[in-house]
Parts: sequence; C-alpha cells; structure tokens
Amino acid sequence: MAYSTELRNHQNEQHNFRVRLTIAALIALVTFSALGLRFYYLQVNRYDYYHTLAESNRISIVPISPNRGLILDRNGVVLAHNFFVYTLEVTPSKISNLDTTIADLGQMVEISAIDLKRFKKLKAESHSFESVPIRTHLNEIEAAKFAVNRYRFPGVELKSRLYRHYPQGELGTHAVGYISRINERDLAQLKEDNVISNYKGTDHIGKGGVEQAYERELHGTTGFQQVEINADGKAVRVLSSAAPTSGNNIVLSIDAKLQAIAEKAFGERRGSLVAIQPKTGEVLGFVSMPTFNPNLFVDGIDYDNWNLLNNSLDKPLINRALKGIYPPGSTFKPFVALAGLENGKREPPYSIQDAGYYTLPNSRHRYRDWKPSGHGTVDMRKAITISCDTFFYGLAMELGIERLTDFVRHFGFGQKTEIDIRGEVTGLLPTPEWKKRRFKQPWYMGETVIVGIGQGYTLTTPMQLAYATATLANQGTAIRPHIVNAVVNSKTHVVTPIPHTVLDKIDLKMQNLEIVKAGMVDVTLPGGTAASVGANAGYSIAAKTGTAQVIGIKQNEKYNEKSINERHRDHALFIAYAPADDPKIALAVIVENGGHGGSAAGPIARKVMDYFLLGKEPPEDAPKAELPLPTTALGEASTVVNAEEEHYD
Amino acid sequence: MISKFLSALFKHIDSVLLACVLFAMLVGLLVLYSASGQEFSRVSAQMINMSVALVAMWVVANIPPQQIERIAIPAYIVGVLLLIAVALFGDISHGARRWLNIGITKIQPSELLKLASPIMLAWYFSKRESNLTAIDFFIAALILAVPVLLIMKQPDLGTAMLVTASGFYVIFFAGLSWRFILGGIALVGALSPVFWSLLHDYQRRRIEILIDPTQDPLGSGYHIIQSTIAIGSGGMTGKGWLNGTQTQLDFLPERTTDFIFAVFGEEFGMIGNMLLLLLFAIIIARGFVIAAQAKSTFSRLLAGSISMTFFTYCFVNMGMVSGILPVVGVPLPLISYGGTSMLTLGLGFGLLMSIQTHKRLVATG
Repeated sequence: MAYSTELRNHQNEQHNFRVRLTIAALIALVTFSALGLRFYYLQVNRYDYYHTLAESNRISIVPISPNRGLILDRNGVVLAHNFFVYTLEVTPSKISNLDTTIADLGQMVEISAIDLKRFKKLKAESHSFESVPIRTHLNEIEAAKFAVNRYRFPGVELKSRLYRHYPQGELGTHAVGYISRINERDLAQLKEDNVISNYKGTDHIGKGGVEQAYERELHGTTGFQQVEINADGKAVRVLSSAAPTSGNNIVLSIDAKLQAIAEKAFGERRGSLVAIQPKTGEVLGFVSMPTFNPNLFVDGIDYDNWNLLNNSLDKPLINRALKGIYPPGSTFKPFVALAGLENGKREPPYSIQDAGYYTLPNSRHRYRDWKPSGHGTVDMRKAITISCDTFFYGLAMELGIERLTDFVRHFGFGQKTEIDIRGEVTGLLPTPEWKKRRFKQPWYMGETVIVGIGQGYTLTTPMQLAYATATLANQGTAIRPHIVNAVVNSKTHVVTPIPHTVLDKIDLKMQNLEIVKAGMVDVTLPGGTAASVGANAGYSIAAKTGTAQVIGIKQNEKYNEKSINERHRDHALFIAYAPADDPKIALAVIVENGGHGGSAAGPIARKVMDYFLLGKEPPEDAPKAELPLPTTALGEASTVVNAEEEHYD
Repeated sequence: MISKFLSALFKHIDSVLLACVLFAMLVGLLVLYSASGQEFSRVSAQMINMSVALVAMWVVANIPPQQIERIAIPAYIVGVLLLIAVALFGDISHGARRWLNIGITKIQPSELLKLASPIMLAWYFSKRESNLTAIDFFIAALILAVPVLLIMKQPDLGTAMLVTASGFYVIFFAGLSWRFILGGIALVGALSPVFWSLLHDYQRRRIEILIDPTQDPLGSGYHIIQSTIAIGSGGMTGKGWLNGTQTQLDFLPERTTDFIFAVFGEEFGMIGNMLLLLLFAIIIARGFVIAAQAKSTFSRLLAGSISMTFFTYCFVNMGMVSGILPVVGVPLPLISYGGTSMLTLGLGFGLLMSIQTHKRLVATG
C-alpha cells in the first residue's frame, strides 16, 4: 500500500515534472523565437539604416585645404605667398592637465610669454576639441626634439602648416590686405554665402584689401580624403581622395616699386596717395600711411601688438585711401571751373578784379581770399593757377549749388568709385536736399559760396579725388578703378584680365578742357602754387594744390601754423596728372596736417611721377629734406615761389 | 587496449552534448580571434580556459549523482561563507566587491553559487520528495535568498539574477504551485517600484538607457548603440569573418567578453545568428531530454535547472547585446572570453553527463 502510494506519487511527480519541462521548453522556444525576430528586425528590416550608421561610423571625410593663391604686383613682385612652417598644436580636450603639459613642453622647446598669451587668446576663441597652436615657426632641431618625445604628450601634435607670408612686410598692406583666423562672424557669412563646405579645414580668411575682396579666387577648392577611422578617430587607411585645387593667383595693377617710393616719401607723416592710370583705371599706387605689418595677423595678433595698432593716434589700421574723408579744398576748383565753363560761365576773356574778398549781395560778410591783398585781374586760367578763392566764390554763386553738384557728381564726388576692394565710403557732395534731410535746415547761400573752393560740407576720399583727377585727365571718360589687373588660374594658367569698364562718359567741350588743363599746367610752372613740383621735371604736369582746414577759423582771425597743435594743422592736398598732353598717371595725395599742398603733398607726387614716367628712383638714403629736386638748377624762381607757397594756396 | 581505454574515457561522456559544446567552442575561438584584433594571445588563453573546462566536465561526468548529492550541503555552506568573506575582505574593482584574493589567485565565489545553489535546492527537494508542503518552498526560497542577497550586495546584478534563476528553476521543477508562481509574478510587478528604489544609480541608468539608448550616446548608451549597429549592419549574410567594421575598427566595446555576440552577428549575419540559436537550442533540448530521462528527483531537478540556466545565459546575453534587455554582466556561454564562466559551464555540462550516464547505476543500485 505504502509502496503503491509511493509509486503513484513517484509517477505523479514524474508526470508533473514532464509537464513543467514542456512548459519550460515552450518558454525557451518562445523567447528564442523573439530573439530570432529581433535579429530579423535588425538585420533585414532595418539593415539599410544600420548599414548607413556603420559606414558613417567608420568613414570620415578629412578636408585637405588648398594652397592660397599668390598676390603679385604688376611686374610679378610677390606680395603674398605661402610657406611651410612647423607648429606645435594642442587639443585642450585631450589633455587632463594643460598647465603641466605646457610646462613640460616648455622644457623642450621655448615657449615665450607672447606665445602663451596668444595661445590663451586662441584657446578662448575655439572649441576644446580643436587644436590650437602654442608655438609656431619651430626650427628643425626643435621639431625633431618634440618628435622624439611625442609619446609623452598625448593631445599635442607637431603639424606642418602652410603659412601666409607677406615678404614685403608693411608695403601696401591696405591694398593687399591680410589674412587672419576665421571668426564667428566670418563663419556666419560663409554659411550665408553657401560656401561653408569649401572652408572645412581652412583656418584663415582674407581681411581687408585684395585678400578679402578676391577671397573666392584666392582660396581655391578644398580637397577631400575619405578615410576609414577607428573609434578613436585615428585614420586607418585612405578609401578615396580628391586633390585640392590651389587658389588662383592675383596680379595687381599696383607697382610695388612705385608703392615703396610713395610710402617712403611720406616718411613719418600720415596721409594717403592713390595713383591711377587714367586710360585703364589701373590703380598703380594705393597708399595709406601709416601702414602696418600684415604678418602680425597671420598667427593671430598678440595683445600688445594689437593694442599698439588699435590705440595708436595715427590709426594705422584705417584705410585712409578709401575711408579717410577730407574736404577737397582747392583741389576741387578745376572741377568747379569746368562746371562753370560747360554752363557758359566765365568763358574767356571774362575776368574779375580781385580785392581779396567776396561778398554776397546785401551782405557785409566777407568771404576772404587766401591772399588778403587780392590777386588783381584774374581770368579762369589764372584763377586755377594761383588758386584764386574770390573767383570761385562768385562762380559757385552764379552756378548755384544744384547745377554745381549735378556737374561734379559725374566725376565721382559723393559716390563710391566702385573700386574692386571693399570698405569704400561715399564722401559727401552737399545739396539743399541733403541738408534738409540731415539737419532739417534750409540751405544758405553762403554755403554755396564755400563749396566753390571745396570747403564746407564737401568731403572726399583720396580714392575719389584720384578717380576724379583720372577722369579729368581722360577728358571725361570715367573708368572704373581697379587694383587687380588679372586673375591667373592656378591649374590652367589662363590669365583672365579684369575688364576696363567705362562708368561714365561726360560730354565736355574740348576748348573748356584745354582752359582747365592750361591752368593746371601753370600751377607747376613758375608763378603757380606748386612751381617747385614742376621744376626740372622733363615732362609737363597738370596739377592743383589744396588745403583743407582741420579747425575752423573765425572772421578776422588769422591762421598761424606755428601756434597751432600739429594735429590741428591743415591737411595738404595735391592732385596731378602727367604728362599733361598724354596722361599716363593721375594721382591724388593727402598729407594730414601737412600744411600746404604744394610743399607737403606735391613732392610726394613728383617722386611717384618721376619713377613712373622716367623710371627715376630717389636716392636710397635721401637726406632729410623732403624735396628730391636737384638744388643746382633751381635758381631764384623756386625760392620766390616757395615764399608764396609758404602761406597759402 | 587503446579502444578499451577510449571507451573507458568516454564512458560517461554524452556524445551529443560533447559535439555541440565542442562546435560552439570552435565558433567561439573563431569569433574571439576576430574580436581580439587577430591576436593569437587571447585565443590561446581561451583555449586553456576551454581545456580546463573540458577536463572539469570529464571529471564531474565520472562522478555519480549520488556522490554529488553528498557534497550539496558542504558546497553550499562553503560558497556562502566565501561570499561573506568577499563582503568583508574582498577586493574592490570598478566600484564592486566581487573578488576574493586567496593568495595564489583571485576567485569569484558568486560563480560557484551558480551551481552550488541549485545542487543544494535539488538535494533539499529530493529529501523532502513526496511530502512537499508550502513550508518546503518557503525554506527553499530562504536557501536561495541568502547567497542571492549577498551577491546583490557586491553588487553583481547579473550573477545574482542568474543564481536566482538557477535556484528558481529547481523550485519550479519541484512543483511549486502555480498559484505561488503567478502570485509571485504579480507581487514582483507590484513591488517593482520598491526594487527600483533599491537599485544602484548605475543599474537604474542601464534600464533607462535600454529604453532610450540615445540618452547617453557616449556613455552607457554607447554599448547598446554600437552593438545594435554592428548586428544590424551585418545584414542577412554578414560582412564575413574578420571583416566587421564595427569590430575591427574598435567601435564595439567589450567585444571579446559580454558583447562578443555583436561581433558574431556583424560578421556572420542573420544566417549565422539563426544557426547559433539552433546550436544553443540543441544543447538546451539535450539537457531537457536528460532531465526527462533522469531517474532520481535530485537528478531531474538539477538537469532541468542547468538546462534552463544555460538557456537564460543565452537569452539574456543575446537579448542585451541586440538591445531588448538591459545591460547586465552576463557572458555568452561557450563564446565569450573568460575562464570562470567557462569553468562553470564545464562543471554544468559534466553534471548533465553524469546524470545521463549513471542512470542504470541508479536504477540497479
């Protein structure tokens, strides 16, 4: 009985066990099926998705930045090029203790305080996973030293980078421009222009001048390397690659030698010179003084140098040729003269009796001539030659402000010259309308009077003045000025010249042009306001001097140069073209606080013209005297003229 | 002479199990070679682990189940004492106290409990055989709870879960009332918020990340993301042995140990995965057959539990690597690199073989 119970229990138990075993087997079967379904889902259903993920995991696109195009002057002189430099770069995110790493590095290669400062500045500006240069321009020995000890410095890399270099240093920086590291604003712009992908791997971008304006040409096309990477991001092998295309070379219209002569002629003085070939619009010289060394910006400028440049009273960073606005002063007179002649006013033999001042009808206010005693009998030609203020006061009045400005606007005053580099300002050609808008005031007649001599609200840039002079020299045909002559394709070497665009063709009578020219030629002859500039030139120069007031002078007050702070002295202006009968060069010179156009700005123009027309170079170490003229042949005439120039023009 | 020796040698070896195990080991070595960046050192070390496991299997297979029943209590007590020792003097690594330094080598006592616990429980139920009451199941739960709680405290959630499973399977096969099972499931469901609050932060994180791996793509989610990419990108036929990009380019973490299945799935694809599932299924089925044919309560409970534990290993590992279960430290049996788990497996298969080949002795004795 007991046995049978036990047996039954035993069988019962075995039966129960088998039932449970079956259930367990079913559970196993179901869960394994679930796994099978999961595999099907991952490996069949979503295969494409995971395949793509795996591929993007392993494949990385590494950009290869192209060589930036060269910038050459019109004769092939290199103004900007590239060379390889070893740099030591640190990726902050890969380094646990930055300070000790830098200290250790410092024991191997010299890291100066300036290097450190710049590194900290750059580090603050970039993401922690970007590599930042801590030392640049390592020599071979330093590079080798680091290479041997590399294993000690994870997160520090020795890179060979292509560096932009400006072999001419400060020369023509405002024309050539410079490159510096791409900042947030540049990035936003690149995104907007839809070229951001071409800047992967590029750290620098053109700032100012040709570097900026021709960025697209100079940059080139970034190449790519498809590499297989491992989980650490290290490239394992190259899958495919597309070589970068170097940027195109840019040939400027600038003549580096002319530029150098002009810059040297300025010496320590501030100012600007723009020289243009009138028939083509080619800018031969583009000076803004003082200039600065663009090489400072390539690595990211250090704090001290930046402060020095940015806080300097001389404002070297400002491109005076495009952004400096000055009253044109008497250099405005030839254009007013032409306006008068074209409108049938003051045609020869018309002349005035100059008593040294001009008064408006029903007014006792005296508009003074620069020569208190007056110039006596003055016709149009003489008025230009001796820069007679009284003559132009009356002419401006008779023309009226509208007719005057309508005419001279054709010469580019008050508008951009459309030169091919950026940052140009419009200057100002005042009209009653403008005044109403700007000051909500009516136009006064007296304001028309002083516009006649280029004072008052009238403001021009040196670029505008040179453009106007070139247009005058070109007998009214205005050609768009350009600083770049040609783009040379880096691959095909095909030269694409920048076309000469005629912007305006002013309808001018030949005889009127001749009168103005004659007056301007006389300026550089004995008796003119810039006689010394024309002395012994060997070619004829049509010119006009000018003075722009920096501070106002009250009625009955005398301007005394000696008693005035140097920075409050008048600006000296000078425009010229030569040879007068077949102009090959037209230029405008402004010397800030230089005093008189003839004596301060004229000699600079003369040196430039001598070089360009005669190939004459000033002696290397010229004596302190700013006038390069041979003293022997000058004679008394020059001294006499100078005496007159001493005071006014 | 030689044939006699061989037949003596293989007398207690189950050929079906042996064939499957050897085949799985071979696959494991191939995958390991690929996963370790085609370095032979890991493979040779694993071959030693496998040899040790096979020897252990042979030894255990030759011990009759009755002998094993006799060591049930000592093995269990020693195991629990070692766990207590770990809690008191264990070495800490990765924030967990799991290893005990016994001079010559370090041991992981929790691994021992994977077999000691079911043996102990199988022994208990075989003693109580026909007079099982609810109290017996309560005592069984206590026997199981002691080591499990100690292991959870280390903390080692994966092992604790596997020990719980191995013990629970014994209790289940012993005939735990369905009311208890279903009630237990309901209770676990009800108490899960409490369990949740008892979990360590990193354990909670793992479960959260399972639900949404993208929460922490570079941290804990990285494992799951990369392993699902590996498996998914393997497609139907796989990228081929040694050609898995996720594997060869280091994107897969822990690819020689817990995540080795992702390597397999990437290189051998859906077809490989199904064949591997089939292989494991055969091993489990063979275990069930052995359990079904076993003559004593102890044998059948133990064989059932070992088979189901093996199944649990497979399911939990593959489930976690393919992203349907949380990441718990469970290796893929016979494939993952590691000496301890291989040894445990060898002992387990030895027990199954012992049960299968000593039947007649039991019947006659």
